[in-house]
Formats: sequence, C-alpha cells, structure tokens
Amino acid sequence: MAHQDEPSQSAAVKSSPVLLAVVWLWVAIPFAYGLYELAMTSRKLFE
Amino acid sequence: MGFLDRSRIIAGPGWNRWLIPPAALAIHFSIGQAYAWSVFKTPLEKALDISGTASALPFQIAILVLGLSAAFGGTLVERKGPRWAMFVSLVAFSSGFLIASLGVATSQYWLVIFGYGVVGGIGLGIGYISPVSTLMKWFPDRPGMATGTAIMGFGGGALIASPWSSQMLSSFGSDTSGIARTFLVHGLAYAAFMTLGVLLIRVPADGWRPAGWVPREETGKQLVTTANVSAKNAVKTPQFWLLWIVLCMNVTAGIGILQKAAPMIQDFFQDTDAPVSATAAAGFVALLSLANMTGRFVWSSVSDMIGRKNIYRLYLGAGALLYLTILLGKNSSTALFVVAAMVILSFYGGGFATVPAYLKDLFGTYQVGAIHGRLLTAWSVAGVAGPIIVDAVADAGKKSGNSGPGLYAVSFYLMIALLVVGFIANELVRPVNPKFHEPEPVASAEQAAPAEQGEAQDKKDEARDEQGEARDEQDEEGGADGVPAEKAVPAEKGKG
Repeated sequence: MAHQDEPSQSAAVKSSPVLLAVVWLWVAIPFAYGLYELAMTSRKLFE
Repeated sequence: MGFLDRSRIIAGPGWNRWLIPPAALAIHFSIGQAYAWSVFKTPLEKALDISGTASALPFQIAILVLGLSAAFGGTLVERKGPRWAMFVSLVAFSSGFLIASLGVATSQYWLVIFGYGVVGGIGLGIGYISPVSTLMKWFPDRPGMATGTAIMGFGGGALIASPWSSQMLSSFGSDTSGIARTFLVHGLAYAAFMTLGVLLIRVPADGWRPAGWVPREETGKQLVTTANVSAKNAVKTPQFWLLWIVLCMNVTAGIGILQKAAPMIQDFFQDTDAPVSATAAAGFVALLSLANMTGRFVWSSVSDMIGRKNIYRLYLGAGALLYLTILLGKNSSTALFVVAAMVILSFYGGGFATVPAYLKDLFGTYQVGAIHGRLLTAWSVAGVAGPIIVDAVADAGKKSGNSGPGLYAVSFYLMIALLVVGFIANELVRPVNPKFHEPEPVASAEQAAPAEQGEAQDKKDEARDEQGEARDEQDEEGGADGVPAEKAVPAEKGKG
C-alpha cells in the first residue's frame, strides 16, 4: 500500500483538457437530454 | 481491496479538481433514478396483477433503506474512502436492477422488492453520501457549491431516467418480458455510467489547497469551526438535532407540494375561468422538478457567500411567507401560484444541498459524510409525514364538501407552522461545545472508537489535511452568532 502522503502512481497522472472535456460530456449529454425532455413537458403548462 | 483503497486515489500535483464534480455526478445522476420509479408502476401493476400500493413498495423500501444505509454506513464510507463507496453503490444499485429483472421475468414480485428496494436501496444510501466529504476537501473555498452540484445530480437523475425508462418500455413492451429487459438494460447501463465515478474519483494530497487560494485569517466570528467532531459525538450535540429538525421541517414543507402537485393545481383553479387541464398540470410538475434541481445548485452556491444560517433563514422564513401568499392569493392568479410553488420547491432542493456544508461548518470535515448520513433520517421521516399531512387534510376537506383552494388551506397552514418550527430551530443553532471536539488531529485518530482504531494512520493524515481547509470559512457567516474566538481550535494547532 502506498504511503498516505505520496500520491499513487496511477493517481499522479496529470489531467489533460481532453480528459476534462470527455468526463464533463459524459455527464452533460444525458443531463441535456433530461433537460430537453423536461422543457418539452413544461411547455404543456402554457399551451 | 487495493484498487479501491484510499491510498490509491490520492491525487498527484497536476490533478484538476474540476474532474471531481463529474465523478460525483456520475453517481448521483444514476441513483437519482429512484425518483422516476413511478414510470414502472402502471406497467408492473398490469403485468403482475398487483395493486398500486404493492407497486409503490420497491420505491418506498428503497428510500427507507437509503436512509438506513446512509445513517449506519456513513462511518464505513468515511473510513474506506470515496472510491470504495462508489464501487459499493455501483454494485448494489446495478444488482438491484438485475435482481428485479429476474423477479419480473419469473413473476416473483418479492424479488423486485428485495432487489430494487433492499439491494438497490443500499446503493442509493452509500452512493448519496459517497462524494460529499471528498467534494468539500477539493473545494474548501466553495463547499456549498461543490456539494450542491452533486446533490443537484440526484434531482437531475429523475429527469434523465423518466423519459429514458418510458421510451425503453415503449420499445421493449410493458409485459413481463419487456419490463424484465428494461430492468436488465438499466442495471447494465447504470453500471457502465457509474464506472466513470469509480475510476475518476480522487482525494486531495496532504496539505493540498486550491491554487491562489489563501485561507482567511480566523476572526472568531462564527459558526464555522476549525475543530472536528466525530459522528459518534455529533449525535450527542443539540446542534445535530436542531439541524435534524430544520431539515425535516424544510423537506416536509416541500414534499407537501411536490407529491400532490398535479391534482393540487387542478383543484385550486377548477372553479375559475381558466381551469388547469391534466396535461398542463403535468407541465407544472415538470417545472417544479426543474425548480427543485436548480435550487440545489443555486442556493447552496449562494450559501457560500451569505452563510449557512442565513440561507436557511431564507428557506424557512421566505418559504412560510410564500405558502401564506398562495393561501391569500387563493385562485386569483395561476402565475402567482406557479411562481410561488416553484420558489418553495427551489428552497426544498436547496435545503438538501446546503446541509452538508452546514454540517461541515459546525462539525468540521473529519466525519462529515457519516454525520450527513445520520442526518438523512430526517428525510425518511419527512418523506412519510409530508404526504400524510397533505393527503389526510385534503381527503377530510373533500368529505366535508370543500373544493378549490379550501381543500388545501389547513395543510398549508400546517406547512407554515412546520416552517416556523424549523426557523426557530435554525435560530437556536450555536457553535458546538468544545467538549465534543476531537482534542488534537493526531490524538483524535489515536483515541478513535475501537471499531475505528484500525484506520488511525489514515485519520491522522486526513485530519491534518482537513484542518488546513476548515479555516477559510471562518468569517463567511456574517457575524450572526457572535462566537467567541477561543471556541474555535486554530488550524495551526492541528498541524503539528
């Protein structure tokens, strides 16, 4: 087991902008789908 | 297990903290599916010939188990770390769907209840609290926003799951075979989606701080402590139970509207020139969901600026006034009703999302996840109390011949009373008595309860880290409580 004070090798990898974009898209795409469906339903209140 | 061990997920120097919210969201967007269970109710009732009460059981048990597993599993989550907790959540939540799938395929409904309710419920509870303390460690400058993001995800999960599940049922069919396949796909898809959280989650290295961020000097103003309180001790403090009341009252008041939203708006305006149709009522429910979710992020972020106590004053005080506005406005304006209900629901969501940061302010980050888990029992109580109050009063009103806004008048007055109780409880919150504080970070780990002694080394390291982070909020509360400076333990004291 690695010592607490020293980051493990796997965790020490620097995060890239690509990784940042990919992981945010991973959660943003389903969320956008949910929001879109919600907006479609919400419109019914004003019809 | 090595891969899941806390020591394997300590972030290196280049790790971007903005990778942590997606990890948390991957978990919360998934487990938030629980609030979309209603999509399965009618198909299950028809396919398995069960009652409406029976079809609600998996959800009700899941929420009950959520509260229990968060309450009793919180300390374990703190000890094992967020990757372990997320992995357990993934396995339990996905397995729950797979077991439920088997139950439907074999027409053994008890397997659906056991799978989705019990096994899946464990996934909900452990998953719900899994990223909370980690997010606050990564965002010591914005703990409200950080936890608000994750808890917003729980609200957002239903938005995603509801249309997705409906479309899948349409494709596979609503018979036993179709439902079983839908559950199977849900289990596999959520396992894949949650894997991102398990792989991505990291804890900050010892002494890490955000770039350019300097903890503010202690002013000794407030509620925000630099000391730490264990979960075991936290439940002995009046502050914990006052916050329990605050959360319970706030949630009860929100659920009162949320669970009856569609019939309520129709009842309110049925005798007017502009009655609300069932279709329009569905739109109203959707808007409330949006307000609930948005409130989680917006209000918890605002709490970082104005302080936790002040934001709960807003939730509870303004919430009571908004209920009163609806009561006085009766059915004069649909817009007024809709806007007031949306703001109330945003406070409901905000109350959930801000409470972890409030707990951090009072008890420190030492075992905040475990304390949060115990506090969630207030949610379980409110989840039962809120609907019972509104349903019982509305039913009694119908029997006595009431209609329109009159059906809900008593319920709303009760909600106002509950919010006032919560407001008073919030006013009574004071800093935690130092006798409950862990004496020293190092000592605190060594003097931990017997069950916790095995991880004493982990806690030493954690406590050193956390002490450094707790200081920044010292003067964010706006001087509301006038806490003597000596009540807080200086951060440096724990650095040695």
